[in-house]
Amino acid sequence: MVTEQVKHTSNAARGVGKVTVMDGNKAAAYGALLSRVQVLAAYPITPQTPLVEYLSQFVADGALKADFVEVESEHSSLSVLHGASLAGARTFTATSGQGLALMYEPYNRTPTIRLPIVMGIATRDGISPQCVWGGHQDAINVRDAGWIQLFVEDNQEILDTVIMAYKIAEHPDVLLPVNVCYDGFYLSHMADRVEIPPQEIVDEFLPPYRPTHQILDPDNPMSIDPLTPNELFMEYRYKHLQALQRAKQVIADVDQEFASLFGRGYGGLIEKYRMDDAEIAIVGIGSPVGTARVAVDRARDEGKKIGLVKVRALRPFPREELVEALRNVRSVGVMDKNVCFGWGTGVLFMELRSAMLGVPKPPATVGFIDGLGGSDITMEHYARAIAIVDDSANGLAHQEITWLGLEEE
Amino acid sequence: MSIKFKVDYITPIGKDLYVVNTGDWRYQRPVTNRDKCRKCGACWLVCPTNSRHALATHYETNLDFCKGCGLCATECPARAIRMAEETRE
Repeated sequence: MVTEQVKHTSNAARGVGKVTVMDGNKAAAYGALLSRVQVLAAYPITPQTPLVEYLSQFVADGALKADFVEVESEHSSLSVLHGASLAGARTFTATSGQGLALMYEPYNRTPTIRLPIVMGIATRDGISPQCVWGGHQDAINVRDAGWIQLFVEDNQEILDTVIMAYKIAEHPDVLLPVNVCYDGFYLSHMADRVEIPPQEIVDEFLPPYRPTHQILDPDNPMSIDPLTPNELFMEYRYKHLQALQRAKQVIADVDQEFASLFGRGYGGLIEKYRMDDAEIAIVGIGSPVGTARVAVDRARDEGKKIGLVKVRALRPFPREELVEALRNVRSVGVMDKNVCFGWGTGVLFMELRSAMLGVPKPPATVGFIDGLGGSDITMEHYARAIAIVDDSANGLAHQEITWLGLEEE
Repeated sequence: MSIKFKVDYITPIGKDLYVVNTGDWRYQRPVTNRDKCRKCGACWLVCPTNSRHALATHYETNLDFCKGCGLCATECPARAIRMAEETRE
């Protein structure tokens, strides 16, 4: 059934691991374990809570030689990691929704002081209306705080991306923190086939972290983040933005290296699925991409020349890659599991439109909002979305933004 | 666009770098009446920029970093310090 899918092709014998079944939180915990993190600090919050339990168990069992700091809030969890990372440790935390909101102040400081911290976000919808369920709004709301944000599709990709995230974050061209964003409940609590890569091959892929850009060391004293005068402030901002742009190449390179060792690649910044002769396309992000693959396969069976582009990196935004991937299609439908309050659309829709500005003969773009507050993005919803994209490609009247699941039958 | 960097660091590090010149902010300066000063050291204790220092006769101000906040004048039990407005020469 799957022709172009690059995932789960285990032909690199060395990196083949043990196959088991686990939920997304456990996959994230295994990613941290295999990355040999040294300091952990986390506060439990739905739907990330089991991750904190798994990590505590790993440390209690002696499987993970790390200091686990049990903090009283998310503001403290990330602040503890600031100190640990400045002292040269590899660090990990994770949060969701309100926890991320409480973390806002140290969250913004993490990338500006260039700490290669990796943090999972078990994505949860907005803080209100009161809701514990899935949605991308928490991570989306902080997309421009200067972190790298990678969104994943399944539990294997969570585990693999946590390992890759350290390699990206600690790369001397980057030195920025990375969010691994995985859908709350849809991945965090769903059991899935996961291959645990062998520790010795992960060690080969990911050497220990040795900071050279800054270190808190009594023998070589320095203060980090003192009051910074105006011109110097601008210089640091500029360097930060340059590093985020350089991360595009590093994300792609790290993915290739990972694929060569472990037999699984994810395409880097984006992944193309059945795009070779596609005339229309769906663009998606996160776990809804899994459903989209099946929807695209079914539409293909019905004779539609349709493909799928999965966005893995929301930050940095893969502008050139998306323009290239969608160069030959007539219309694109963007599936957003979030809203952009300012524009009345989804965020991915608006950013894809911006990316297309100035491109000769760009594809038409239509937007879909679905899956908010834990609601399902069903096969029927995708079928409806594909029909609207088809209308748009054929010049028929259609809505610019459709809230799937809110439409009257 | 060509960019000229001032520092080699990529992170804000306080080391061999700028020290914020708090003296730049001053619009008034402490003037000490050496006859009234009893050398109790209250001004030295409260000065936020550590700009007061003891002489043989009285306490005086290092104007490099004095930001003119006036804490010394307010706290001086002998009322030996007054704040004088800075004026262009």
